[in-house]
Amino acid sequence: MPIMLSSPHIHGGDSIRMTMLTVILALMPAAIVGVYLFGWLAVFMMLLCIGGCMATEAVTLLMMGRPLRALSDNSAALTGLLLAMTLPASTPWWMALLGSVFAIVLGKQVYGGLGYNLFNPALSARIILLISFPLQMTSWIVPMHVGTPAVDLYDFHACLQLFLFGPDAIGQGLDAITMASPLGHVKTEWTQGIGVAEALNNYHYSVLDAFLGREAGSIGETSALALLIGGIYLLARHTITWHIPVSYLATVAVLAAIFSSVDPNHFAPPLFHLFAGGLILCAFFMATDPVSSPVTPVGQLVFGIGCGVLTWAIRSFGGYPEGAMFSVLLMNCAVPLIDHYFRPRVYGHGNGNGA
Amino acid sequence: MPAMLKRLARSLGLVAPNFHGGIEPDDRKLTAVVPIRDCPLAPLFIVPLKQHIGGICEPIVEVGERVRRGQKIARADSYLAAPVHAPTSGRVVKIEEHAIPHPSGLGLTCIFIEPDGKDEADDSLTPMPDWQQRDPAELRERARLAGLAGLGGAVFPTFIKLVRDQKHPVQTVILNGVECEPYLTNDHRLMLEHADEILSGLAILIHMVGASEALVAIEENKPDAIAVMRRALAVRDDLPDVRVVEVATRYPHGSEKQLIFSLTGKEVPAGRLPMHVGVLCQNVGTCKALFDAVMFGRPLTDRIVTVSGEAVPEPANLRVRLGTPMRFVFAQCGLEDFEGLHVLHGGPMMGERLRSLDVPVVKSSTGILAFSETALSPAHQAEDPCIRCGHCSEVCPVSLVPNLLADHCRADQLDKAEAYNLFDCIECGCCSYVCPSNIPLVHYFRYGKGQVAQIRRERAFAEESRHRSDARMDRLERDKAEKAARRSKVREQLAPEAAAATTAETKAETTTQGEGES
Amino acid sequence: MSHILVALLSLGGFALVAGLVLAVAQKVFHVESDPLVDRIDALLPQTQCGQCGYPGCKPYAEAVAAGQAEVNHCVPGGDRTMRAIADLMGVQPKAVEEEAKAPMLAFIREDECIGCTLCIKACPVDAIVGAPKQYHTVIAEHCTGCTLCVEPCPVDCIDMLQKPELIEHWAWPLPDTRRARQGKVRRGQHAGHA
Repeated sequence: MPIMLSSPHIHGGDSIRMTMLTVILALMPAAIVGVYLFGWLAVFMMLLCIGGCMATEAVTLLMMGRPLRALSDNSAALTGLLLAMTLPASTPWWMALLGSVFAIVLGKQVYGGLGYNLFNPALSARIILLISFPLQMTSWIVPMHVGTPAVDLYDFHACLQLFLFGPDAIGQGLDAITMASPLGHVKTEWTQGIGVAEALNNYHYSVLDAFLGREAGSIGETSALALLIGGIYLLARHTITWHIPVSYLATVAVLAAIFSSVDPNHFAPPLFHLFAGGLILCAFFMATDPVSSPVTPVGQLVFGIGCGVLTWAIRSFGGYPEGAMFSVLLMNCAVPLIDHYFRPRVYGHGNGNGA
Repeated sequence: MPAMLKRLARSLGLVAPNFHGGIEPDDRKLTAVVPIRDCPLAPLFIVPLKQHIGGICEPIVEVGERVRRGQKIARADSYLAAPVHAPTSGRVVKIEEHAIPHPSGLGLTCIFIEPDGKDEADDSLTPMPDWQQRDPAELRERARLAGLAGLGGAVFPTFIKLVRDQKHPVQTVILNGVECEPYLTNDHRLMLEHADEILSGLAILIHMVGASEALVAIEENKPDAIAVMRRALAVRDDLPDVRVVEVATRYPHGSEKQLIFSLTGKEVPAGRLPMHVGVLCQNVGTCKALFDAVMFGRPLTDRIVTVSGEAVPEPANLRVRLGTPMRFVFAQCGLEDFEGLHVLHGGPMMGERLRSLDVPVVKSSTGILAFSETALSPAHQAEDPCIRCGHCSEVCPVSLVPNLLADHCRADQLDKAEAYNLFDCIECGCCSYVCPSNIPLVHYFRYGKGQVAQIRRERAFAEESRHRSDARMDRLERDKAEKAARRSKVREQLAPEAAAATTAETKAETTTQGEGES
Repeated sequence: MSHILVALLSLGGFALVAGLVLAVAQKVFHVESDPLVDRIDALLPQTQCGQCGYPGCKPYAEAVAAGQAEVNHCVPGGDRTMRAIADLMGVQPKAVEEEAKAPMLAFIREDECIGCTLCIKACPVDAIVGAPKQYHTVIAEHCTGCTLCVEPCPVDCIDMLQKPELIEHWAWPLPDTRRARQGKVRRGQHAGHA
């Protein structure tokens, strides 16, 4: 029986490998800012997570008797890098490693491997960590060039000690070397009855600092500017389309604008929302993860709007200060439904011009 | 920048809308500057009895019979069919099954003709230089008798579309010179070398369907053809409402439905024909063939074939007699050793890979291409999992969701596949072309369509068998009842007195007996 | 005590209302459907071959509907038919015992035929024509390939030939990739092949 070969007989040359590599490249500006702010800690964290994810992937592939060739598609490396970007720089190494294993095993391989996972692997691992270790996952080490860091993060030895043995090893408490993120600060103050405007004021919040990334936060999510550069690169390379990021960010901005103009004491202004926490990272790199987002343009718009509403709602009313990751994860569940109900109108069907 | 301005103009309604999706592959028109030359007569012609979409023809010649070029050798019995003609003069040597260009590698009955080299023409079709005075119905019959079928590759019998319908009058004739498949240049060369004949053919088309305007669509990557056609049009005064339109170089712009939408903004409703939106679309090659059939009474016995591909030493555009074996055609272009080569029939996007080189050139042979094995897509060896990037839906010209559709086909969920509009797929190949996971999407759709067709066929056969079986059961029952009735009658005749005494009882008994037997 | 009473009453009332709504809905939206036997029969290939152990397709459908027969006895219907019946009956798919053969066609070697009409009587779909003492012939397009005519022939002049593969009935097979094959294997496992 000869092999049956159907047309087309030529191919555009795209591959999963190149797609993943493009995303990794697009994360580089944010990674560089991360290293600039968090020094060696950021370097350690990225190497550990990438290595951890790739090693886990290799082990799981071997266990399932699948070809190790799949490792070269760069998807595990990307998951590792994304995970590192979402972690606070002060995360203990074993926690990060655990996260890497979670990401690959629970986030991806249990569903059947690349392409079958319902949730974004890096994001699901991050959420598992957040729920399991709430204290460590919301403690933000004071970055370089912002305030006065208790530890010199450009000092290799100090960082290595801090990374391997925790703050006690360098004679500091966790409290002493960390500070609150803007989102966390606002949430804490609100629970104590202090309004948003006042809270931002006593935090010395500046929109420009938030945009450039001079604030506390996870390794890769502080600088909106660097993430936007990466996002625009992805758009230009046609790895993602504008639908999800634009609808996501616009929804958050519109909701924030409406509500903050009605009750500025409770609701934060739109620019604060846009540049705070992991929103930009989620909008360009997490929500657009092709596997766990809708396929069709209309579906992607719906998905983005859903993410936006949830993010804003969790931030404004929820117990957690940050809602971006939860919202993407929640919307991931809805993707099969969205895909089914928001299919494009097929040529010659429905109310086309000629029909 | 020009692209942006164009898009702006389009959104402002200044330019007709383009179509959804599509791709821009490297067009590799190796033979764009190579003039058409005649392919010599082959030592043996193999003429399949079906070279169009539709029913198979019935041979009307016998082995040993002498035929002339253009003589009808097979009759079209079904409505959707076009007769077949002898490509040259010679003798019919055999009529038997032989492989034809088809992905299955299966065969079809073919008429084998050994040429005598005289190439004498048959003159049973009289020329109609006075076609302007002829009735469109007469010209339509001429198109049918000349065996015309769409030469763009789809080979739909041409005469079917050439109709003046009261309910669906054709306003616009679109002449398709887009030729968006990479490598192919047969239409391109035809427009350069036979512009005037094509326009005369267009005039016949307009006369036949009574259209008010006509558009000649040519892709931007053929500026010379656009210029030549415009010049040829300018010197004619019988075609006032004809325009040559430049269309974007974008595959599959030459696909009928996409071209109609791009030029007129009208969508052909699913399952309908272009005439239902007042459009007639014809390929330039078909138009030239119509001109030959009407003006000179010449049936379709040859076509332009692009012989190309990186493995062909001297790529060319040849005028090939239908029925010429492909091996012979390649030999004219210096290719004789096919070791490690793959041969495509048609373009690289929609053509099929040939299993054998001894198949003949047919009406759908737009081109024959030869490549080294490594030059072709690896899509068929390594299929990675779908990462749902959505590029396939972006490029799909009919707005399907190919990745989900392929999942349904792979899993044999055929009803779901149909609900996802499987049968609207035009198999253009854009989705497979862009897929980063190398998924042979079109192959899955073909599989799905084949399975659905097979199930429908089996259902219909089962339904028919059930009727036959039920009818037989009824008949057996009836026979039995009749026999019983006869038997009781005989009994009555033999014992009339007893019967008279107990009529009622006997009747009751026979009925119960009858029931018991059946 | 009154709390419990309130809870009981309200929940009981709710259950009553819901029950009434359901009862009304069942009456109003009742869909008339074919009897089960006909629906099963519609899925069978109607070869009337008897390979299932019943004298025809309809009797087998009746047996399945009555729960007396398994869903996997139709050999010519193959995997697909079995799956469709299992789906309709709401039972687990079960592999068909015998591999379905390529579609067959009965062919009578006419020079050997003695015109006994026994095959004509045996054919369940009246696909054989002929009269006593005349050659008989199978009408190819009506033959279901059931082989029931082979046995009765006293001179053994009926052959079962493979149905010729027609180019217009040819269907693309699945692509020959690892994923496509895996899918097939997995579906097979579901049916209890492995």
